Amino acid sequence: MTRVVAAGHVDHGKSTIIGRLLNDTGSLPDGKIDELQRASANRGVPFEWSFALDALQSERDQAVTVETTQTLLRLPERDVLLIDAPGHREFLRNMITGASSADAAMIVVDAAEGVAEQTMRHALLLQLLGITQAIVVVNKMDLAGYSSEPFEAIRRELAERLDSLNVSVSAFVPVAGRDGDNLVTRSSKMAWYDGQTVAEALADLRAPTSAAHANLRVTVQGVLRRDNSRTIVGRLESGSLQAGLDISLWPSGRSAKIARIERWPDRANGAIERAGAPVAFAIDEPYYVERGDIVSGISGGPALVSRLRVRLLWLGGYALRPGQHLRLKIGTRTAHVELVSIERAIDAQTLRERPEGQASNGDVIDATFRSREVIAVDDFATSPALGRFILLDGTDIVGGGTIQPETIVERAPADVVAVDHLLDPDSRAWRNGHRGAVVWLTGLPASGKSTIAMSVERRLFEKGYQVYVLDGDNIRSGLCNDLTFSHADRSENVRRVAEVAALFADAGFVVIAAFISPYRKDRDDARRAAGERFYEVHVSADVATCERRDPKGHYRKARAGEILNFSGVSDVYEEPTAPELTLDTATQSLEESVEALLRFVENALTVSARPSAPLNQ
Amino acid sequence: MDDRGTADLDELESRTIFILREAYFSVAPLCMLWSMGKDSTALLWMARKAFLGRVPFPVVLLDTEMELPEVYQFRDEIAAAWDLDVRNELCPPESSVDQTLPPGARAAARKTAGLRALIAREEYRGVIVGIRRDEQAIRAKERVFSRRARDGGWDVKGQPPELWDVFVSEVEDGMHLRIHPLLDWTEVDIWRYTRRENIPYVPLYLARDGKRYRSLGEKNITFPIASTAATLDEIIVELETTRAPERAGRAMDHETESAFERLRLGGYM
Repeated sequence: MTRVVAAGHVDHGKSTIIGRLLNDTGSLPDGKIDELQRASANRGVPFEWSFALDALQSERDQAVTVETTQTLLRLPERDVLLIDAPGHREFLRNMITGASSADAAMIVVDAAEGVAEQTMRHALLLQLLGITQAIVVVNKMDLAGYSSEPFEAIRRELAERLDSLNVSVSAFVPVAGRDGDNLVTRSSKMAWYDGQTVAEALADLRAPTSAAHANLRVTVQGVLRRDNSRTIVGRLESGSLQAGLDISLWPSGRSAKIARIERWPDRANGAIERAGAPVAFAIDEPYYVERGDIVSGISGGPALVSRLRVRLLWLGGYALRPGQHLRLKIGTRTAHVELVSIERAIDAQTLRERPEGQASNGDVIDATFRSREVIAVDDFATSPALGRFILLDGTDIVGGGTIQPETIVERAPADVVAVDHLLDPDSRAWRNGHRGAVVWLTGLPASGKSTIAMSVERRLFEKGYQVYVLDGDNIRSGLCNDLTFSHADRSENVRRVAEVAALFADAGFVVIAAFISPYRKDRDDARRAAGERFYEVHVSADVATCERRDPKGHYRKARAGEILNFSGVSDVYEEPTAPELTLDTATQSLEESVEALLRFVENALTVSARPSAPLNQ
Repeated sequence: MDDRGTADLDELESRTIFILREAYFSVAPLCMLWSMGKDSTALLWMARKAFLGRVPFPVVLLDTEMELPEVYQFRDEIAAAWDLDVRNELCPPESSVDQTLPPGARAAARKTAGLRALIAREEYRGVIVGIRRDEQAIRAKERVFSRRARDGGWDVKGQPPELWDVFVSEVEDGMHLRIHPLLDWTEVDIWRYTRRENIPYVPLYLARDGKRYRSLGEKNITFPIASTAATLDEIIVELETTRAPERAGRAMDHETESAFERLRLGGYM
């Protein structure tokens, strides 16, 4: 049975068309028409076909569909399940609920009003949900004088725009829904139209033959324990499962053999091959298997990733920003994820792209998530069940989307993950979304190092970076509390900081070291400790400027001889000769310096997801 | 005999078993309502399939003590034969429910009150209910995993989205989920499936003396319809041709336009 969702702008007549279709095909039960007549009369409105579906009091009172409804349309050859979905933007969540269970769409457009924003918004959401086939019903032809011109104009425009969304249209049908023209019976008022009626076009729609690969996938729902046996139960998503088959379990990467298939009430032990079928089986190894695991064949397994490139619909009711923590449920697995970046966001109302980095409620977003644990996924196009997810904030669903192909970097070979292996910097970088590094800020006292470091730390943190500031305050009080400000101790201080910073960088952090570090040789040693991950940043301001700022009164005390060996006053400050970046705080504002350093860090350290296919409008 | 829908029966059964397992493995404590009617009995059968022969959660009867005698007899036979953990929950008396409800709706209101008391006492977070979309227009608006407020109320206009079959199984403390594994099934699907799987059913569904029960409810408010369908095959043929609604014999559905909606918003199944 094909499941078809009716989509389109509010008031373009979706519910009316469905109500009339139900009536004209004899799908309405006896007494329904009488009930609708009473309901219409009670409200003093002409007979309303839409009341067949809009059963809620509030829907009838306001003549607007609020909640999605499913109803069976009986056609001569076969039944079609019609899903009515609200067009009103306020009920977006109900529209996508209805649409997510559909195989195809019936897009309704008002002949007089033409293609409206919501028409395209629905089309965009249909595509997001994985619906690729549709029929278009051009309604209210009676109000357009039954003329072919508006119909042809809409056909031309929509054919092109839907094509750009990869939604293929099998029929464009001009109808007058209220009177039933071209719904089930051919209309004599539109002799120029020789295509299918809506009923014929609906009957020709088929559930898409799954483009899914034939590789074995089972989502594990849980393990039944009784007596001493453990039975793994789940759903066959693709491929086939039989006793004796060698399988891999993900994300553990362990291999085992199917010891037996279990069935009830019959005990047949044959292969299970129908996609979607429930399965129950035991394996020949005592591995710990849990809800959320994936079963595959020995080859052709899912991708193991901790970075996910996704396209999603955001329904959180608040602006989505990098750094947001959520839970992502894919198949039966739930993972903790953090938003790394928003590649682009389309405002679903206007279909315009948002300025960089912003995303609001109802937006369709291309984004990158980082998950705390490694998860097994497929991309949506090859394996829908393992390629689509919902997002949860607490107990609330705040979005849903699909895994994009860019996520699938390489398929994990079996048994690789079971073997302990050293984490290399690339692995950490891939998970974090950036490489580890030492960003070494050097400059005179009061040149602005710490202020810049703290601002940049906060901004990077908000963008999801692993970042930490080392400065005099947190170093001198502990690690280096045995050191004075003598020339030798200052060098030792910098040496210790450099080694600690290099370890942080190894661990994947961006460490911002803010130290006067006046001697060139010490800074060169620090560069050697961190290797190519070292970035020297000169926070540059002349002594006079710094002395004017003098927030801690140190310059005054140095001039008075109360502080000895004060860089720039009673000791040298050797300026860097070739810093990776210079921030001139004498002429730049603090804001400008922070922005410049942020840009520098992001350009130098971000490990970006590979660019995705453009999000068509 | 029409075998249209054989492949559909496999799909329907698969999805129902998937939902039952999702409920069992992610919601606790959990129970299932059993009215002894054709739908919830078929659902129990699928629960046995999902869990390889044994239903792993309590099966609750909301008892108004007004069911037909054949229904109680069926309960006792099946409970024993299927080794069910049956909990008989007596509902509060009719005098305790909203007297502004039409009389036919009061049994439903008693069941609603009984269910509310049960959930409060047992702290159930999930209640599996065998309703179908095609029974009633308000039920057609349901989600598979459907949230209920503390008082059992259903916020039909504020329902969260439900995408594909990735269900939200978490609820805040004090709230619960109604889980609806049969939403996609139609009346004739249930009978085709009952026939195919040889599932027992209350004999009142079969015609005797030109009448049969199409839907089983309390004896004072449910009436048999005119029918000659004395076998499952005949019931299936009858349903394929009839246009009479399934709940035509249920008084509560015909009293006022809004009665059913009021009941459901208040926590009825």
